[in-house]
Amino acid sequence: MEATAYRYRLTFCKEEPLRFTGHLDIHRAWERTFRRAGLPLAYSQGFNPRPRINIGSALPLGYTSSAELLDFWLEEEVETKTIAKALIHAQAPGLHVREVLRLETKQPALQTQIQYAAYLVHLDDPPPIAEIQAAINALMDAVTLPRERRGKSYDLRPLIETLQAKQSDGTIQLEMTLRAREGATGRPGEVLRAMNIDPTFARIQRTSLIIAPHKVN
Amino acid sequence: MNPAEVARLLGRILPTVQKPGRYTGGELNQTVKDWSAVDTRVALAFPDIYDLGMSNLGLAILYDILNHEADVLAERVYLPWNDMEAAMRRAELPLYSLESKHPVADFDILGISLPYESLYTNTLNLLDLAGIPLYQKSRTKEHPLVVAGGHAALNPEPMAAFIDAFVIGEGEEVILEIVRTYNKWKAREKPRETLLQALAQIWGVYVPSLYEAHYLEDGTLSHIEALTEKAPIPVLKRIVPKLPPPLTRFIVPFIDVTHNRVPIEIMRGCTRGCRFCQAGMITRPVRQRSVEEILNAVEKALAQTGFEEVGLLSLSSSDYEPILDLVRVINERFAGRHLNVSLPSLRIETFSAELMESLKDSSRRSGFTLAPEAATERMREIINKPVSTEQLLETAREIFSRGWHTIKLYFMIGHPSETIEDVQAIVDLCKAVLKEGRRIIGKRAQVNAGVSTFVPKPHTPFQWVPVDATDQIEAKQALLKRELRGPGLKLNWNNPEETLLEAWLSRGDRRMGKVIFRAWQLGAKFDAWQEHFRYDLWLQAFDDAGLNFYFYTQRERPIDETFPWDHIDAAVKKQFLTEDYLWSLEGRTRLDCRERCFACGILPKYADLRRKYPGETWECPEVRSPRSRSHAKTHLATPA
Repeated sequence: MEATAYRYRLTFCKEEPLRFTGHLDIHRAWERTFRRAGLPLAYSQGFNPRPRINIGSALPLGYTSSAELLDFWLEEEVETKTIAKALIHAQAPGLHVREVLRLETKQPALQTQIQYAAYLVHLDDPPPIAEIQAAINALMDAVTLPRERRGKSYDLRPLIETLQAKQSDGTIQLEMTLRAREGATGRPGEVLRAMNIDPTFARIQRTSLIIAPHKVN
Repeated sequence: MNPAEVARLLGRILPTVQKPGRYTGGELNQTVKDWSAVDTRVALAFPDIYDLGMSNLGLAILYDILNHEADVLAERVYLPWNDMEAAMRRAELPLYSLESKHPVADFDILGISLPYESLYTNTLNLLDLAGIPLYQKSRTKEHPLVVAGGHAALNPEPMAAFIDAFVIGEGEEVILEIVRTYNKWKAREKPRETLLQALAQIWGVYVPSLYEAHYLEDGTLSHIEALTEKAPIPVLKRIVPKLPPPLTRFIVPFIDVTHNRVPIEIMRGCTRGCRFCQAGMITRPVRQRSVEEILNAVEKALAQTGFEEVGLLSLSSSDYEPILDLVRVINERFAGRHLNVSLPSLRIETFSAELMESLKDSSRRSGFTLAPEAATERMREIINKPVSTEQLLETAREIFSRGWHTIKLYFMIGHPSETIEDVQAIVDLCKAVLKEGRRIIGKRAQVNAGVSTFVPKPHTPFQWVPVDATDQIEAKQALLKRELRGPGLKLNWNNPEETLLEAWLSRGDRRMGKVIFRAWQLGAKFDAWQEHFRYDLWLQAFDDAGLNFYFYTQRERPIDETFPWDHIDAAVKKQFLTEDYLWSLEGRTRLDCRERCFACGILPKYADLRRKYPGETWECPEVRSPRSRSHAKTHLATPA
């Protein structure tokens, strides 16, 4: 049984210098940020108590993000403004606090609430826009897109909710919204591959994690 | 190559290597200064990967000291792992600093930490990746000054050809003197030789190119000749008379490294005088920090880093006099903050178990470590670590009954005059400890024996002793492997070939430089990593250099032999070491030197300092009369 604890949700950015820092390392970086901030993090019970921090969705290595979600529990109720101020003061370089919200403790786990993730893809060396547009149309018109990942076959098509290209100042950006549910997660790298674009030369940023179970756009 | 190009290449390379977080920098508490706004730029390098280097306290201290100076900047450099090295060489990306991504070759000074000898080939690889000529004589004004320090530097000779200047002893003060001397030289546009001579005037700095080694016909050293009167003989070890306040602003790595903790040194030096222990001999005098100073440092460091663990470091924590106070106050002050406190190097006494229990440390899962080093009382008297077997068993009982399931016992084989019976005694002792454990907590009891092989080190009473013969080591290890098995018992041991490497590197002379260079050329690197150590390459390197490793490892040295490190004065007199060696042959032990001064040589060497810092600052007796002062001066002027 867990002791009474107060639940909050943090939205944060993971920036360029940290794009090669993995999920577990980011988790530990936040634990240490809370310790530096002097906030009374709640701990799990048991033989090996762990701080109660829960990052909603692991960000693939190499990506940046402007909207990661992290739920945490405190032993005492603290005003969200006070929490945000303390965290901003203590935050590690490359991890930036955007918002802190108070949550109902009874809500389901963050992972199960996330429905979609939106991404912005900067292409370093893009093909002509017409080619990209054609690839997008082909993808969106397809009924199924059978792919394989770690030896398991799956259909990429239903995981793509929206996909658009935007051109400005000679650069091309792709915006995409992909399913992000447990067991049904679309990966931007896979979408790029399906469009014949090498993801190694793309810079991918997650721009939001969408919680409400509604269709976007 | 400029930093922007380095960063651009990294962007391409990093997605292709393991653990890219090793190569990016940008961690909390790193210091990035304006490159063009300072006079002197120092690269501080650990010649192994980031994961190990980030746990090196010495470099962290120097980084902090240098970056506190307005006109100096210091940045970090580590070696890339094999995959990254291959990628860097392919892309012609030179070794760079983590902070500003400047190539190492663009720095003024390159400071290299050498805490142990198996980093020597890595050091050459580091210079090579940086594009700096390996041999110091090939460097010009355009190249950084290459300085090395750390415990291995107490015998600098094997690396003499590659290093411009060694720091002998403690770096906290001397580092700034080196920087100031460098600056003066740089402003005057003089040849590199001028700089080297100026550096040799600093207490604790050894400039090997100002000396030449002469050998006798039998291959042993005749003497070291100073090539200029500016080269002092001997070079006296540098010390700080009083430990400065501990470092509290540690860089917090994003990735998992070897030690994820705040390290606070509570005491430097050790009063025990174990004869195999180089650290115990070369870090004298013993100096302690106050409980208050340690507590404040812990508080401040936790606030600045958020680490979940604090390591209270020393060579022998139980001998820190106010240890009880320290532990009690830490418990009071940090209660409920989910902080682990580790207290390594505890003595074999029941009190240690009480101490650890009061710390409520999580070590209960990892086990309780004791280091008897030898299993018979006779052997422990020879190595001067006198503990009775009964005392050890009693401590083990106490540990098991206070809730630990695992006891780790550290031993060495290959001590002088060791017989197979002494090794059998290791087996018997481990089994006796396990039996106690079974009696107290039943089948959960576990004994892990770590048995390494003794390497005689310079500046210790055992420096005359040979490394045990390889067939002997193998026979002893075979016995251990045969006997220390079964439920509740586990054995770890070292490959005898690794022992030999450590032995020839730590006891080598200047000729060893050829062997190190050749081994590196043949591909030796990461010698400290079991899976990378290539014994065959080293044998070939010895052959190619026309040297015999047996000469350096398994040869017993006559009592009057001149050693390659004799001109390096660690402040403990050779006469004292000789006497202590002879005592060991008789099984005579020396007490803790807090009980009584055995005149190891520290006091006469540093009489002036001791007088300036009286009382509790050192564990040594006071130096008083002016007569003893003039006596001390004579000592300083006479080579050992």
